[in-house]
Amino acid sequence: MMRRSACASKKTGQPNSTNPISCSPSDLFRTASSKASSKEMERIDNLFYSFANRSSGMIDPEGIESLCSDMEVDHTDVRILMLAWKMKAEKQGYFNLEEWRRGLKALRVDTVSKLRKALPELEKEVRRPSNFVDFYSYSFCYCLTEEKQKSIDIESICQLLDLVLGSQFRAQVDYFIEYLKIQSDYKVINLDQWMGFFRFCNEISFPDLSNYDPDLAWPLVLDNFVEWMQAKQS
Amino acid sequence: MENKAIGLDKGWDYMQKGITKLKRILEGLPEPPFTSEEYMMLYTTIYNMCTQKPPHDHSQQLYDKYREAFEEYISSTVLPSLREKHDEFMLRELAKRWANHKVMVRWLSRFFHYLDRYFIARRSLPTLNEVGLTCFRDLVYQEVHAKVKDAVITLDTGAYYSRKASSWIEEDSCPDYMLKSEECLKKERDRVSHYLHSSSETKLSEKVQNELLVAYANRLLEKEHSGCRPLLRDDKVEDLSRMYRLYCKIPRGLDPVANIFKPHITAEGTALVQQAEDATSNQASSATGVQEQVLIRRTIELHDKYMAYVTDCFQNHTLFHKALKEAFEVFCNKTVTGNSSAELLATFCDNILKKGGSEKLSDEVIEETLEKVVKLLAYISDKDLFAEFYRKKLARRLLFDRSANDDHKRSILTKLKQQCGGQFTSKMEGMVTDLTLARENQANYEDYLRSNSAAHPGIDLTVTVLTTGFWPSYKSFDLNLPAEMVKCVEVFRGFYETKTKHRKLTWIYSLGTCHINGKFEQKIIELIVLTYQAAVLLLFNASDRLSYSEIMAHLNLTHDDLLRLLHSLSCAKYKILSKEPNTKTISHGDYFEFNSKFTDKLRRIKVPLPPVDERKKVVEDVDKDRRYAIDAALVRIMKSRKVLGHQQLVSECVEQLSRMFKPDIKAIKKRMEDLITRDYLERDKENQNMFRYLA
Repeated sequence: MMRRSACASKKTGQPNSTNPISCSPSDLFRTASSKASSKEMERIDNLFYSFANRSSGMIDPEGIESLCSDMEVDHTDVRILMLAWKMKAEKQGYFNLEEWRRGLKALRVDTVSKLRKALPELEKEVRRPSNFVDFYSYSFCYCLTEEKQKSIDIESICQLLDLVLGSQFRAQVDYFIEYLKIQSDYKVINLDQWMGFFRFCNEISFPDLSNYDPDLAWPLVLDNFVEWMQAKQS
Repeated sequence: MENKAIGLDKGWDYMQKGITKLKRILEGLPEPPFTSEEYMMLYTTIYNMCTQKPPHDHSQQLYDKYREAFEEYISSTVLPSLREKHDEFMLRELAKRWANHKVMVRWLSRFFHYLDRYFIARRSLPTLNEVGLTCFRDLVYQEVHAKVKDAVITLDTGAYYSRKASSWIEEDSCPDYMLKSEECLKKERDRVSHYLHSSSETKLSEKVQNELLVAYANRLLEKEHSGCRPLLRDDKVEDLSRMYRLYCKIPRGLDPVANIFKPHITAEGTALVQQAEDATSNQASSATGVQEQVLIRRTIELHDKYMAYVTDCFQNHTLFHKALKEAFEVFCNKTVTGNSSAELLATFCDNILKKGGSEKLSDEVIEETLEKVVKLLAYISDKDLFAEFYRKKLARRLLFDRSANDDHKRSILTKLKQQCGGQFTSKMEGMVTDLTLARENQANYEDYLRSNSAAHPGIDLTVTVLTTGFWPSYKSFDLNLPAEMVKCVEVFRGFYETKTKHRKLTWIYSLGTCHINGKFEQKIIELIVLTYQAAVLLLFNASDRLSYSEIMAHLNLTHDDLLRLLHSLSCAKYKILSKEPNTKTISHGDYFEFNSKFTDKLRRIKVPLPPVDERKKVVEDVDKDRRYAIDAALVRIMKSRKVLGHQQLVSECVEQLSRMFKPDIKAIKKRMEDLITRDYLERDKENQNMFRYLA
């Protein structure tokens, strides 16, 4: 009987390393749960294909928009970015099967409505300090669309800052965006400067900037930003 | 009383307790006074030990031990306490110890009194009293009497001079006060040599110095009408020398003087800069450059003046060298009417070295002046900017000023090399060498033409080949050369290829000169013009009248260049071309004709073309070079250190580059960012202020 179930689990294609000769009760449990999880995986896959582009085999921007409208979430909402993070999606605007599976499996959802309901929990998870840094740096890298691209143009950075940090550090983001738009030293922002700004928001008291020391290794764009703020305030 | 004899050790133990008790009382420690019983017991112990039958008669040992008791106490307690004190405090301690000693003698001699009665009397030995006092004399007095004498004298002298100083400082001027101080010191030194032990001299001089000079240093030096500043202002060399002499022996005594010296120089220097600024803004623009040159000359004079102070009055003391250097560094780096001091200095050199610049001056004077200029360069932080301006002007001189003096040219390069290192002058030396080679080359070219007479282009051509790396970069435009010149270029190219195959020639027509004969109605005049000007003029061989646009189309020049050219030929001193309309400026709709009516009393005239302002380009080039230099320094440092903190990296970078320029911290930060983007460096993940080298 055990042998049969071992074979059965093999038939469904679950990668069980159970030795057909010696099966234990835990294996019974595993096969039962793997039966369930295989069902779940099937549903996840099916959901994927319902949004995916037939020819490319990936969910493309159109597919994502349609997913978003089904979830009643705007496609520019930060939670979609958080979803991409959870999936560890590599290409902005696209999800492939592996990424889709990864994300939905981790969230333990297999339908659109479950996915929608999982969003608040996801947001909480992302905003946990231990995760947020990772999410913050991910959001930058996610926007690097060209192969050797290392920096993002000012316009896009401003939008990204607002999206990712706006709720947490409203004042800093607003002023920094204003500054970035009027300055002419930098046309693009790189990852080091991006991360620097996050550190800035966390460490520097705002708007007095009293503990900012330009002799330290802050990125130059932030030194200039602080100077501009101080000139404004006086 | 026991019948048994008391052993020496046991008896002495008992006495020792009493002596210790006495010592504690003398030291002021909590100890109840001796009772009559204790006193009696001590006396009796001695009595017994002295009246026992031999061999238990311990009188001699007791007598010795009595003396030893004093010696021990003095060595272990009294002397150390005196050694650690000085002057007045020592005197007080001595008095106390002497009083104590007398008490100790009185008490111990009572305990040991029996010795006095028989043992001492029988043997005519010094009494207990005498022994006690002698100990003090032998041990204490011997050691401290010199010190005591010094203390007494210094105490006295100190008080004396303190009183004098407080009245002198009110009434006397600084020079007078110093004179008096000098006399007092001399007097005291004489006194010491006559009356006192030489070891007292230092202490005494110190005391006098202290009371007269140290205590009142600030008031003295800062005296409004006669203090250090006025003395500097009024050139009072003797008084300043005296000031140095008086203060140089005092540790850190010269610091206040140097602290007045430095700002004084800075103020004078800054005033000179301000004068130059004011003069330039007041004068008409035609006098540009004159005020700046005057400024350099005056700065040199200022430097000479204060260097003389440092070497003469202040005996070449490093403190004053440093003050002078720092003062000059402050005002030598100020800009004057938008020109950096580096540029001014380069222009100054150029004026001396160029033809007609300083023919009135003797060779010696020129050498000296150049020497001083190089010294001033040491104070300027933007040395690389100076080098670039100098190089540009040197190029002009080398190419246009053939007859200028070679010796001075070489000697200034040698001086610059000594001051700033070989790297600074290597390009310039290359330029000078190029010219020597060019002369050789020209001779070879002429030989070549002689042997290939068919190849001769019909016009005499002199070519100077410049090695690209040494010379400033020049833009080369694709000027459409007149046909005659095209042939010249080709012939030379043919010749050059016979010599070397691996080099590419780029022709810089903007640096060329032409001699053209202008066949005017009255007479033929030889015109010395730049190649560009010649190209314009030669167009009129083929056409009588040309418009601005036609000329532009023929020659393929930019508007800026053409405006300048046409202006120099039709609106300046020599009107070789006549312009329609006959206005003072060139506009795009103008027409030009050969001015056959032109004439001049000379047979040969030079038609100048004012050079373009190079400043912007020089500054741009230098900024670019600086970026590379900073990059290279950063990479060099990180490669060897592997991991380094931000501040340390920045300061090491500044240090490495200081020989040529003072890098802006922001510029360094920007380069670091660039290096991070190019994956040379990365920021450490744990510590945001640390950087790591990525191989």
